[in-house]
Amino acid sequence: MPYDNALAALADPTRRAVFERLRAGPVSVGDIAAELPVSRPAVSQHLKVLKDAGLVRQEAVGTRRLYEVDPHGLGELRSWLERFWTEALDAFKREVERQPHHRTRKRSR
Amino acid sequence: MNATIAPSYVEPVVKTTRVKATPAHAFEVFTRNIKAWWKPEHSINPTRSAIDKIVLEPRAGGRWYEIGVDGSECEWGRVLAWDPPKRVVLAWQITTQWTYDANLHTELEVRFEPQGAETVVTLEHRLLENWGEKARETRDAVNGGWGSLVDRLAAAIEGRPLP
Repeated sequence: MPYDNALAALADPTRRAVFERLRAGPVSVGDIAAELPVSRPAVSQHLKVLKDAGLVRQEAVGTRRLYEVDPHGLGELRSWLERFWTEALDAFKREVERQPHHRTRKRSR
Repeated sequence: MNATIAPSYVEPVVKTTRVKATPAHAFEVFTRNIKAWWKPEHSINPTRSAIDKIVLEPRAGGRWYEIGVDGSECEWGRVLAWDPPKRVVLAWQITTQWTYDANLHTELEVRFEPQGAETVVTLEHRLLENWGEKARETRDAVNGGWGSLVDRLAAAIEGRPLP
């Protein structure tokens, strides 16, 4: 299901707090660390997990790196869809080839 | 700051497989015998009934839907182009939440090309940006936006009733 990674990423309360902080708009690691009782390296780590889960994206504004909520989590959804269709087509292939009477005959068995 | 502008283009998902069969047979299995290869858990029927049939009406404009063992019908989308045994284009109107949405439009094109005694089947799922747009609408529609969604996610994880 598409939200498995997102759910896992948000299971951690601190990470959830970081994620909620992004709702107000793009912020830097320093902004978040200043407002939450979390060190900058820890904030960076949480952001990385959120990014990997497709929930957050990163943007460079001048020399600053800002993080914001990925409005669609599409990265994750897209990779989920890749897996979904790969599995579906594999199953489809098995089914097509399971019915030999329609197949171009090579030899009878 | 363009924080919440939907992406205008999302790369389609393209998958190819090669089957030992004629295009006609591959087309037939893809369009008429979906249930034989579709994963049973990929049902979107809100009644949660197991899938009895998956129906793709063989014409442009036809319906695409599942029928549960309880007799209930649940739409999946529409047939946009029907060109056997070469190609079928379907509207995939299933949201990221695994529900049907009549206002959602993503497209699934499946092509069947003979190559020797085999058939190359190419599936392209496109207009995924509409999916994103819909995800944003869903988010915006939830009072409190991401906040309450996060609360629901957290409740789901922890096994509490959803707020």
